[in-house]
Amino acid sequence: MKRVRISQQEIVFAVFAALFLSFSIFLNGFLSADNMLTLLQNVAVLGILGLGMAIVVIGRGIDLSLIAALAVPGGLVLQMVQNGHSLPASLVAAGLLAIAVGLVNGWLIAYAEVPPLFATLASGLFVAGLGQAALFQLDVVQWSDGMAGFERLGQGSILGIPTSIVMFAIACVVVFVLLRKTRWGAYIYAIGDNPFAARVTGIPSRPIIVLQYVVAALIGCFAGLVMAASVNSMPTRIFNSTLIYDVILVVVLGGIGLSGGRGGVVNVIIGTLLIGTMLNGMTILNIPYAGQNLIKGLVLLVAVITDTFLNPRNEETAQQGDI
Amino acid sequence: MRETLTRLRYRYWPDHLLGEILSKRWTETAIPVILLLIVGFALSRSLEHFLSPASLADTARQAGEIGFIGLGMALVVIVGGIDLSVGSIFALTDFCALYLLDVLNWPVPAVVVVTMIVGGLLGAVNGVLIGYLRLRAFITTLITLIIYRSAYDLLIQRYSNAIASAFPDIPSWNFIGGGDVLGIPSVALVYIVIAIFGHIFLTRLRPGWHITAIGGSRRSAYNSGIPVRRTIALCYVASGVLTSIGALFFAARLGTVGGDIGVGLEVIVLTATVLGGITLGGGKGSVVKSMVGVLIVLLVTNGLTAMNARGGVNRMALASILLVAAMVDIRWQKNRTRIISKVYVAPTYHALPPPPPTEIGQGGPFEQNDRLREVSLIGLGRIEAPEDVILDRNDVLYAGSRHGDIIRFFPPDYERMEVFAHIGGQPLGMAFDKEDNLYVCIGGMGLYRIKPDGTVEKATDETNRSIYSVNDDSRLRLADDLDITDDGLIFFSEATVRYEMDEWPVDGLEARGNGRIICYDTKTGATHTALRGLKFPNGVAVASDGQSILFAETFGCSIKRYWFAGPKKGDVEIVMDNLPGYPDNINLASDGNYWLALVGMRSPSLDLAWKMPGFRRRMAKRVPVDEWLFPNINTGCVVKFNEQGKILESFWDLKGLNHPMITSMREHRGYLYLGGIANNRIGRFKLDNADPDFVQYDRRWGKSS
Repeated sequence: MKRVRISQQEIVFAVFAALFLSFSIFLNGFLSADNMLTLLQNVAVLGILGLGMAIVVIGRGIDLSLIAALAVPGGLVLQMVQNGHSLPASLVAAGLLAIAVGLVNGWLIAYAEVPPLFATLASGLFVAGLGQAALFQLDVVQWSDGMAGFERLGQGSILGIPTSIVMFAIACVVVFVLLRKTRWGAYIYAIGDNPFAARVTGIPSRPIIVLQYVVAALIGCFAGLVMAASVNSMPTRIFNSTLIYDVILVVVLGGIGLSGGRGGVVNVIIGTLLIGTMLNGMTILNIPYAGQNLIKGLVLLVAVITDTFLNPRNEETAQQGDI
Repeated sequence: MRETLTRLRYRYWPDHLLGEILSKRWTETAIPVILLLIVGFALSRSLEHFLSPASLADTARQAGEIGFIGLGMALVVIVGGIDLSVGSIFALTDFCALYLLDVLNWPVPAVVVVTMIVGGLLGAVNGVLIGYLRLRAFITTLITLIIYRSAYDLLIQRYSNAIASAFPDIPSWNFIGGGDVLGIPSVALVYIVIAIFGHIFLTRLRPGWHITAIGGSRRSAYNSGIPVRRTIALCYVASGVLTSIGALFFAARLGTVGGDIGVGLEVIVLTATVLGGITLGGGKGSVVKSMVGVLIVLLVTNGLTAMNARGGVNRMALASILLVAAMVDIRWQKNRTRIISKVYVAPTYHALPPPPPTEIGQGGPFEQNDRLREVSLIGLGRIEAPEDVILDRNDVLYAGSRHGDIIRFFPPDYERMEVFAHIGGQPLGMAFDKEDNLYVCIGGMGLYRIKPDGTVEKATDETNRSIYSVNDDSRLRLADDLDITDDGLIFFSEATVRYEMDEWPVDGLEARGNGRIICYDTKTGATHTALRGLKFPNGVAVASDGQSILFAETFGCSIKRYWFAGPKKGDVEIVMDNLPGYPDNINLASDGNYWLALVGMRSPSLDLAWKMPGFRRRMAKRVPVDEWLFPNINTGCVVKFNEQGKILESFWDLKGLNHPMITSMREHRGYLYLGGIANNRIGRFKLDNADPDFVQYDRRWGKSS
């Protein structure tokens, strides 16, 4: 007898479809074109961050400093332009900062062998503290005249599609090509699947791990720019929010197991759609912010439990103390 | 001149202590303690009121509250997990206590108990998910962090006004919040009590050992029957309860339910835990480490606040400390054994005069010959590593084997063999007592007794610990050879207290007096150390006067005599020194003299190296172990000597084909039986002019009935 196996991807997609359908039927104004655009726009940044996180998670890591990489380099651009620097120079500075964050993360994880959770928890805290202490004058970095034209990155539309969604799409394509069409992408999957085997095979594990975190930080920086452009400012206190949990939610719900080596861009898109629908529905239902968090947390919990049952940890390759 | 200086330097400078101190578990705690002292000193210099009683009491209160959470985190980290939800549990239980007290007006004891139960339940959620459902600890507690935090946010929206407007004035509640006994704040007192219990729990009680075992290796713990899932789950419950205790004191002290209570607490506690030296990933940690970590983190953050640093600086400092501590911890755990093994070997100065000649034609008692060439072999290929051989009154031949067995061969042809007893460790020296019990020195285990029916009993495996030793030398590491006096005292040698049996050549490289002679009294069962500071003591034989023993110092290349009774009690005399080889076992010969095995001959290179401790230390540090100098044990001989220290004859085998290595020999009915620790055979050699009726233990104890 052949057992019917349902992948997590399919379950999540079914949940998404059911949720979408019930919201469309029972919620007034959910299905309107305006709301659909808002929904997509709201989740575009989340989706881009999800892509960055996906790369790291596929390589059996996790990047908790992603929000800091979003807030601080993005804020730096606005702050530098405000202080009279040119936009390109500011962008280069922000890119370098993001690369530096990624390099430090990668070095700590690949060479100093600090568990990714701790390395990125601490580096995120450090970068956020750096922004707070040394870079920004206010918690919300304001838009200035020098930024003129840059808002097109997050506002308006191209061929009728809101720009932020286009940006998400571009990021999807880039990450897809990186993961599926290049040798480095194949290496990332190999390392995530079995780090020891990958190393024995001769894959340069350590540089590839560093690369993962650099790419993730750059994607985070890109998401920050899109976000700043769409709201015309950079609220750096976003680091204190629960956004990072949303990002993890996107990745895990989408079906990228935390044990690494599985999943891809499609999973991020599915996860993003589900989260977007959920958040949007809850906002229309007028559930308070704390209540939304509670529901999100519960959903995440169910997702992680399901993930554990569908993708059990590989005891052969799981490291002692791999928490 | 230079030689003298070298000799004095190595005689009085304790090189060996560095490696021994580093290999102690407590050195890992010493580093955070030193850091704490430095931080405390720096703060007391830069802040004016840092050492004032009020400031200290305030610090103690905060430290106590965070300290409870630190203890919970320590438990969870030791068991191999992590608990990020402590900040939210702290907030929720703080709310719970104040809600019960201010809104429901419950009595204080009920509030305390129910709050702790709530804490335990919140922890139990984590415990069930992580322990029983085997979810990943980090991600699970991250999620419960969000859930608890949003539950807290929802709750304070409804009740914060009611709590803020209440001003409970209950003496017991105020005592919890601000009371003290003899100037020590209440929270610190409770913390100390719980910390002492926690220390005993972790180091002395079974569940504590289970926790450490699971953290060390989950699978091995499971395989050895430890209830892994339940223990892990209970650790999270304990973390919840401890957090709620901290929250109770906090609630009693401040009585507020602000929105940011407990936010980021998990990072502070985690930093403290890692900084104290509790290893991420589990298996190692202690209460003291947790306490020291909390104090350091608290002093640093409070100090920065007192110096008016911005919030961002505080964050950066915390993050940097966390990173540096994690990195140091991980590097240290990874390289600890390598570092220790590099500094552990501490060679010392050991000068020997040129050895007496052994070459053919040079004359002298050691002149080489080929008399042992014709030994016949017993048990070829059927026995491994018979260090010592012994024959009982019925001519049965006993020998140890590498597999931890005592093998015996039966006369007349010694073809039939059987396993006499299984002990489990490698048998070395052997001796029979009056009742025909076989006493055996077991490397790594101690002194064992085998009754004639084959039952194995432990005689002793420990002795009194010497006062100034850093290494615990009360356990026997390498009991080597023994003999039994008429009064039932067993004198046996322990070759080294610094190395395990398989590392014995390293002890030779070190050439330090690491060995000792130990006495076990068969009548009282007591054990004491008779002599210490010997260079690899090996063979032991009771001398003819019954008041002294002869013993060999392998790397001292000498035979010494020690009086344990009589007028010369306590004296040690040299019988022979500057032997041309490394002496091993000593046994009685039929003519009243003694047989001595030289396991290997001295070589000019090692003799020279022994005079150059610096050279040997560099070698131990820079060259892989398998390329170190190794004492020669390929060629040796058997000699006969008398108590006056005169060599009477020597037996050599120039080719070494039949019986390559000799660590022991036993004379029995005109034959000499030879054992060698690296051999797969026992040698048997016909002696000329020997008493054909000599049976060692008949002579020793008298004919049996």
